[in-house]
Amino acid sequence: MLELKGVTKMVGAETHISDINLTLEPGTLNVLLGPTLSGKTSLMRLMAGLDRPTSGQVFFRGKDVTGVSVQKRDVAMVYQQFINYPALTVYENIASPMRVAGVDKATIDREVRKAAELLKLTPMLKRTPLNLSGGQQQRTALARAIVKNAGLVLLDEPLANLDYKLREELRLELPRIFAESGAIFVYATTEPSEALLLGGNTATLSEGRVTQFGPTIDVYREPADILTAETFADPPLNVIDVVKRNGRFVMEDEASVPAQGALASLADGPYRMAFHPHQLRLERLGEDHAPIKARVTVTEITGSESFIHLDFAGQKWVALVHGIHEFEPDAMVEAYIDPRHIMIFDAQDRRAMAPSSLAA
Amino acid sequence: MARIELDHIRHAYMANPQSADDYALKEVHHQWSDGGAYALLGPSGCGKTTLLNIISGLLKPSEGQIRFNGTDVTNLSTEERNIAQVFQFPVVYDTMTVFDNLAFPLRNRGLPEADVKKRVTETLEMLDLSDRANKRARGLTADQKQKISLGRGLVRRDVNAILFDEPLTVIDPHLKWVLRSELKKLHRRFGFTMVYVTHDQTEALTFADKVVVMYEGEIVQIGTPDELFRKPAHTFVGYFIGSPGMNIVPIKLDQGRARLGEHVIDMPGATPMPGKMELGIRPEFVTLGREGMPVSISKVEDIGRHRIVRAQLADHDIAVVVPEDGDIPADPRVTFVPEGINLYADSRRVETRG
Amino acid sequence: MEKTYNNKAWFLVLPVLVLVAFSAVIPLMTVVNYSVQDTFGNNVFFWAGTEWFEQVLTSSRFHGALIRSLSFSLVILAIQIPLGIFVALNMPRKGIGVPICLVLMALPLLIPWNVVGTIWQVFGRGDIGLLGYTLRTLGISYNYATDPWHAWITVVVMDVWHWTSLVVLLCYAGLVSIPDAYYQAAKIDGASRWSVFRYIQLPKMNRVLLIAVLLRFMDSFMIYTEPFVVTGGGPGSATNFLSIDLVKMAIGQFDLGPAAAMSIVYFLIILALSWVFYTVMTNYDTANR
Repeated sequence: MLELKGVTKMVGAETHISDINLTLEPGTLNVLLGPTLSGKTSLMRLMAGLDRPTSGQVFFRGKDVTGVSVQKRDVAMVYQQFINYPALTVYENIASPMRVAGVDKATIDREVRKAAELLKLTPMLKRTPLNLSGGQQQRTALARAIVKNAGLVLLDEPLANLDYKLREELRLELPRIFAESGAIFVYATTEPSEALLLGGNTATLSEGRVTQFGPTIDVYREPADILTAETFADPPLNVIDVVKRNGRFVMEDEASVPAQGALASLADGPYRMAFHPHQLRLERLGEDHAPIKARVTVTEITGSESFIHLDFAGQKWVALVHGIHEFEPDAMVEAYIDPRHIMIFDAQDRRAMAPSSLAA
Repeated sequence: MARIELDHIRHAYMANPQSADDYALKEVHHQWSDGGAYALLGPSGCGKTTLLNIISGLLKPSEGQIRFNGTDVTNLSTEERNIAQVFQFPVVYDTMTVFDNLAFPLRNRGLPEADVKKRVTETLEMLDLSDRANKRARGLTADQKQKISLGRGLVRRDVNAILFDEPLTVIDPHLKWVLRSELKKLHRRFGFTMVYVTHDQTEALTFADKVVVMYEGEIVQIGTPDELFRKPAHTFVGYFIGSPGMNIVPIKLDQGRARLGEHVIDMPGATPMPGKMELGIRPEFVTLGREGMPVSISKVEDIGRHRIVRAQLADHDIAVVVPEDGDIPADPRVTFVPEGINLYADSRRVETRG
Repeated sequence: MEKTYNNKAWFLVLPVLVLVAFSAVIPLMTVVNYSVQDTFGNNVFFWAGTEWFEQVLTSSRFHGALIRSLSFSLVILAIQIPLGIFVALNMPRKGIGVPICLVLMALPLLIPWNVVGTIWQVFGRGDIGLLGYTLRTLGISYNYATDPWHAWITVVVMDVWHWTSLVVLLCYAGLVSIPDAYYQAAKIDGASRWSVFRYIQLPKMNRVLLIAVLLRFMDSFMIYTEPFVVTGGGPGSATNFLSIDLVKMAIGQFDLGPAAAMSIVYFLIILALSWVFYTVMTNYDTANR
């Protein structure tokens, strides 16, 4: 178990990590999700022991390891860049942490072959990393991290430098690979879709703070505040200021969404409403779906889906709809908001009510 | 702006290519229309960067001719071809201001300072960078730097084409959306001929009017996003486009029907033919329910707006996309939506109807 | 948080402290000691106060040596920095030429100073040296032993030969770190060769150039061995640089007091000038951000 208690990291006058409390259980996959410079790498360095926190403590298996250097901790790390020993074969690359630890030959051979099998590297064992594709190089780095059999494995955007499809394939394999080891895995990424595909737990980061931590799908569905919701949205969240009155959330040009279920009991007044682009639809699926009229700025088509960029009351919105829908720029379209999938935030940008309590 | 003609172009990096495998770029013979937005899409090593370098003039093709608006430019250098390019990593002149960065290509061409000022101001306006005109380029964020790279192409109104080499690689996901749609707007407004190299299908499909899918040095399909999605010409296109990619399962073909293991799927118009026969169906066109062919589910991935169900159908792995509120029955069965079925003989698509 | 203090850790830095004391602090203090006292040998010392410092700072001999040393450093920088950049710009970026050029460049740096001096001393001699002989055959009178200008030119050329490759190697390291995309973009923008240098290569070489200027300044200001071997400070006092003068005063005349005072002044000048260089150039660097 890895515990961070009130961990803060200052560099000069700048706060890189601000008062983080996290508990990660063995055998779990934990995603750190946030944009560039949100503190993912800084946090990983603190977890690894590469940096010492300015204040706060780090516990590993119940022991305070705050000042303990990385060599003495039980940690393996995989980076965005493919880092391997260029002069060694793939076999020797994978074996290197065990050689350092002085493991006997027979065990090394067994472990290397097992890891190579798991990561589909068996045919490449005799090659050197420079003769491998990017995907194979990163698999080698992953295999090395796995044979080290460390209690904590840190992966800093390991797939970012890989081709889209390779990324997709590795992403699919990773949870299975992780599941076979009892280690704590920490995985940093900038992409919400990657977090969702990996599953496990997610901590959303914003400006050095953890805004929320919990099972990935729950954080996605029930963000506690607007920062978390925005960090966890791809395409970006649609947001607008609303005023609640007469049981409706009224937007700028008098369009309004009915306040249903628990949201109905909210006090009247100003709020911010947000919803995911796929909840903005071009056809009316229910009587209570609220119509809005918006101006199209650009349409993007991905084959199965269309992203329609809209300008509504000065807000930049996106509608993600199934099928092909081409619109001329500046065309006016009618779109519908599903009142069951809206999120309402209060003046402090905290979630005013969870929709799951309504959906039932 | 120009029409780009690629006339029987082949390229090999080695001196004396013998077989087709020696060519990094196998025969390309196409014409790209003036003002079109093209994306070159494929995995690394597919030849897309080779083709881009041939267009930009960094590379002279081993064989064939390249023409802009009918003029042979095969032997012209990059600067003589009058093109603009945006690279993977933002290229800005660190010591210059944003304004001077944009003015640089114009001043190099000896334009009068009054015209330079007018055009740069206009371009800054277009790119939403006016407020940063007098800042040094060094202190900007990656996306702003990338805009400046683009801006240096846009200020030259007469460029033949603007080339993009994976320009969003270093940009955060949120900003990718913004930059991509701005690019699309600019294209709509000014109608440049644009060629965009990427390995990311979403970028390619959303950016381009026509997507050029490349695989092992060959163009396997050129089509609209819709065509690539519904009728992939090659099983590779089916696999590469779409997330997850197309389900491809081997079948035996009788007159008008396909046999997949013990299951029979109606395929009107299909006739038996020699070669390896496969059926391709997108996960979006597989319906999970209580009717049809039984499957065993191995995994369900909830990715928010829908779920991806991984299952075995007659010993083959398939993926099914289930909507956010769709249900997954205890005794799962699947049916294929007839419009979504594609037939492949030796990996190439076969037309089955009319 | 509870911390345990353990003063035993200080013992671990003790060896370093001893080493620094013997190698730097004690010699320096000895020099300071000499500079404020007078001695006639036999370990008998008289307090001299600031007398030696006043004598050194007002002596025309010191002024002459200082001006010669400064001029020498300025000439060296004015030649070696542009020449180094020029050579680095023209070195190949890939292929078999790279290792060949790098080895050629590294060669002069590997030769000990006194050997460099001896090589040039012999090389320039009119009777047996290749250079001196050739020049004499061509009808050019050349004699570094008698003509002050010839002596100067010889020492400068020798230093350029010896040290320009250091500047080249530093600049080359800066140049190869520039990604290809920059050159391609510049081509597309229609940039001239000069613009490429001014706006891409020079800004990227900024940092290494700072190091090159600092190193070359300090080294040339302290030059001793080569001119000592070739000219011995002559003819007359034409190449009598500060370091040579200092040694003459200390060892030759055994004027330990003034020599000590002079070496302290010398040290402070180097320190001050290096600091000025460094601040000016780093300020320039940050101002460009």
